[in-house]
Amino acid sequence: MAKLTLDDLRKLRDEKKKAMSQRNAEGKRAEVIIGMGTCGIAAGAKTVFDAFLDEMQKADITDVTIKQTGCMGLCFSEPTVEVHCKDMPTVVYGNVDDQTARRIVREHLEGKSLVSDHIFDKPSTDIIKGAGK
Amino acid sequence: MAYKNYILVCAGTACESNKGKALYEALEKEIKAAGIDAEAQLVKTGCFGFCEQGPIVKILPDESFYVKVGPKDAREIVHEHLVKGRTVDRLLYKEDKREGDPRSSDISFYRKQLRIVLRNCAVINPEIIDEYIARDGYAALEKALFDMTPDSVVQEILDSGLRGRGGAGFPTGRKWMFTKNTPADQKYIVCNADEGDPGAYMDRSVLEGDPHSVLEAMAIAGYTVGATKGFIYIRAEYPLAIERLNLAMKQAREYGLLGDNILGTDFSFDIEIRLGAGAFVCGEETALLASIEGNRGMPVPRPPFPAIKGLWGKPTVINNVETYANIPVIILKGSGWFNSIGTGTSKGTKVFALTGKISNSGLIEVPMGTTLREIIYDIGGGIPNGKKFKAAQTGGPSGGCITAEFLDTPIDYETLQEIGSMMGSGGMIVMDEDDCMVDVTKFYLEFTVDESCGKCAPCRIGGRTCYNILDRISKGQGEPEDLQKLKDLGHAMRKASLCGLGQTAPNPFMSTMKYFEEEYRAHIEDKKCPAGKCKDLLSYTIDEEKCIGCTACARKCPVSCISGEVKKLHVIDQSKCIKCGQCVTACKFDAVKKG
Repeated sequence: MAKLTLDDLRKLRDEKKKAMSQRNAEGKRAEVIIGMGTCGIAAGAKTVFDAFLDEMQKADITDVTIKQTGCMGLCFSEPTVEVHCKDMPTVVYGNVDDQTARRIVREHLEGKSLVSDHIFDKPSTDIIKGAGK
Repeated sequence: MAYKNYILVCAGTACESNKGKALYEALEKEIKAAGIDAEAQLVKTGCFGFCEQGPIVKILPDESFYVKVGPKDAREIVHEHLVKGRTVDRLLYKEDKREGDPRSSDISFYRKQLRIVLRNCAVINPEIIDEYIARDGYAALEKALFDMTPDSVVQEILDSGLRGRGGAGFPTGRKWMFTKNTPADQKYIVCNADEGDPGAYMDRSVLEGDPHSVLEAMAIAGYTVGATKGFIYIRAEYPLAIERLNLAMKQAREYGLLGDNILGTDFSFDIEIRLGAGAFVCGEETALLASIEGNRGMPVPRPPFPAIKGLWGKPTVINNVETYANIPVIILKGSGWFNSIGTGTSKGTKVFALTGKISNSGLIEVPMGTTLREIIYDIGGGIPNGKKFKAAQTGGPSGGCITAEFLDTPIDYETLQEIGSMMGSGGMIVMDEDDCMVDVTKFYLEFTVDESCGKCAPCRIGGRTCYNILDRISKGQGEPEDLQKLKDLGHAMRKASLCGLGQTAPNPFMSTMKYFEEEYRAHIEDKKCPAGKCKDLLSYTIDEEKCIGCTACARKCPVSCISGEVKKLHVIDQSKCIKCGQCVTACKFDAVKKG
């Protein structure tokens, strides 16, 4: 490794900070919990996990933690993803695939609006389009 | 692709000596075998501080805190937690009074702590410089070099109120100012890592867990006072810390953060390691400098202070490891922030090594002004086996005891001194009702007598004489005038000894005689040891009523001094008894009495 200049050092720091952001437990505003039981993995939870990591990196989001959990008992709608976001209702999304994961990052985490068509556990009927029909 | 899980494994000396290395290797193997090495990153970290429960494994981002983990648990952690996302409940740390599985940040041991010095310990891999850099590492050096003048750095340290963490508590900024203002062709920066107090290991943990923080601070000090050369004086008994320091220095040199023209500026600074042979007196700064110069480690009178005339007669900044570890944070976050933590005269935090009769022994960092009660009961989890707290010894062999009446005194440099102890480097040994103060004091004095360099008479002869008196007292041969003799000798040693070692050597007995005079008197006048520790004052007898003649004690006795037949009363021959106490443990009927 060559000797660093001031700019090199700053660039390296930013890069490594991003890479280590998942390891930092402090200062997180939201939590994404992915069901990784056998049912979840069989339904594609690993791809979903990768999609979350990838999309968050692209969107430059470092204050959200992605965790995995076991089976929630909603095996028929796996992969399931639970999102806890400050100042927003806690939501469970069902049948999440790569694309939906990316939408959750952009719409829910960034845009602060729920991805209504994938919500499994309704937080409240009045905020889900088409609920109660 | 970023990793999904991080497995932090403690690689401090305490955990490594408890199969931590085998555990790391087992985890590594299992992760590979499970085919998830691209998803889970194994991170070797510095000390978590919770040594009582080690080896420790922490999984992020879940914050699951696994304790007492062995190599055989690796498979379950990998397959259950990492692959399936199910926490391994049986390994989770559980607190008595609380339900559920606490996240690591909820554990009482950590909640009252404020980790500034230990900010990176158990967070980063100390063997990878990039991880330190990601945690704002070398940003303080950057700020000092590009945005600050030496004068403004000194001002910042002065304003922060930082005082030496090696024990004496001299304002760090003033040391730096003296050296900066003394013109010389060469100046030096020295790091005192000659940690020698019994039971103290905070410097070792910082060097093992976050070596770069010390290197960065020394470089900042070099820039500030105009020095180009630094020395770390570390005891050879710390092989892991030395290894990590060497690796850290190598990496810093490759990045150009040490060496010539740091970050392209005209500031050059490099560091060398000097190994100490474990002489306690070499922790005293003038003796330490003599040792670096290649001379016998003996103190010389001050002034002149090293800040003016130190290593090879040149102005030298000498600070302790923990003091240096504070510097980068102060530079980055500002003196105002640092100044807001702590008490009126003592700012920031202090790291303590909690040992002795305490449930959670380990390494903790608390704001100055935290009370002993909070440290012992909230963080330390109290005294095990329902015993009563008797005293806490701080300041090592130079310190004294804090008794129960001072449990609620906020701890800082001044208050500790007022109650007859001292901050010292941060060893804190907790004692319960079973500890004999005469015995403990004898242990400390034996240590200082042994470690005295012998140069000055008050320390060499005074220390030995005091030890002989204490030894006599503990053997039941004490005389009423012994207490006064100890006091007189203690005062003389304090006044006339050449360096801190001799001046503070009387502290343990001066402090315990003040607070536990009754106990001393019991040894001298009644020839009794109330705590039942001093062997010569003890005798074991068998209770006629309770003994059923099971022969258990006689079979255990290593010197065969218990006689008696089956189902008949047993008797201990006092002339042969060596007072090992094995009969007490062997007896299931509580028939053997100690007294």
